[in-house]
Amino acid sequence: MSPHEMALVRFGAALAGGALPQGVTADPPEEAERRFNVYRNNVAVGLGAALVQRFAVIARLVGEAFFAAMAHEYIAKHPPQSPVLHEWGESFPAFLEHFPPLAAYPYMGDVARIEWARGQAFHAADALPIAPAQLIGADPERLQLALHLSVLVLHLATPAVSIWQRNQPGGEGEPIGQSAEIALILRDRAFQVPVRAISAPEAALIAGLKRGETLAQAVAQMDDFDPTALLLELMQAGALCERAEP
Amino acid sequence: MTASTSHRRTQLALGATLVCALGAMAALPAQAEDMEKCYGVALAGQNDCAAGPGTTCAGTSKVDYQGNAWKLVPAGTCMTMDLPADADGMARHGGLMPLDRDMAS
Repeated sequence: MSPHEMALVRFGAALAGGALPQGVTADPPEEAERRFNVYRNNVAVGLGAALVQRFAVIARLVGEAFFAAMAHEYIAKHPPQSPVLHEWGESFPAFLEHFPPLAAYPYMGDVARIEWARGQAFHAADALPIAPAQLIGADPERLQLALHLSVLVLHLATPAVSIWQRNQPGGEGEPIGQSAEIALILRDRAFQVPVRAISAPEAALIAGLKRGETLAQAVAQMDDFDPTALLLELMQAGALCERAEP
Repeated sequence: MTASTSHRRTQLALGATLVCALGAMAALPAQAEDMEKCYGVALAGQNDCAAGPGTTCAGTSKVDYQGNAWKLVPAGTCMTMDLPADADGMARHGGLMPLDRDMAS
């Protein structure tokens, strides 16, 4: 490791609470620790704010003071591994599930999974939606559609989708579900990332398309469920793409 | 009716449903394909941004119609959309570049 890299590592460790890096001084020297604390605080506050914005519903559910204290612990145990801030937080749902003060709230992890997935969907690589002309007269037994990379389906053990919806602006009147829910998350053409609870047959259709099945095969997974509404929704969102030739 | 003809009928019905669905999918109006960034039109906290939801930028504008916050709007509508006049009665318009009015203090 070069001296410069060494210095960066020491500086980073000091920011995270380690001893002052070698060579850091102040006038008078005994103030170095107090002044370096300004940097430590900036990092902690910045990361805490990033976590609140990524997991806004969790912050709303537990309240500002609780979230700040919890963020402090999360930052210490799971510091960012990448300089890209939106890649940080994947382990937050599991952290919530094992955070003893939240033991009585088993849905927290699932709500955080939805919030993490929304960020993933937003940043998914672009892909051109399939041209409508390609569907006219297409044979469902042969037609293979690819799903946009932003399309994510989460099988959640709790009614986290309706809890998430209840905590959106204007969602106060939404009913909360009683049992496990399946979330459909995607990025639509207007770069919105809606979240909706879907049925098991709808999830089966999406799973079939993801496996590369033909449209007819994937729809057969739905038993007698009419696929039209879901297919229209996916088409409208720009989530159906042309399958690249293998 | 044997099991295989029953299966065949289901397949036929399924095929018909799917052909209908494909027709409906092809007939959807194209929408939201042409969007442009429009500055100075978002309500506080409702702006879009390159960083996206749940990261450190979306939904962080502090005041309504903040000049340096943007939202995706249908192409061609940014400059012409109706906005309320500001506190001094000056007319507001959106812009394709960041504006210096209505800044968060």
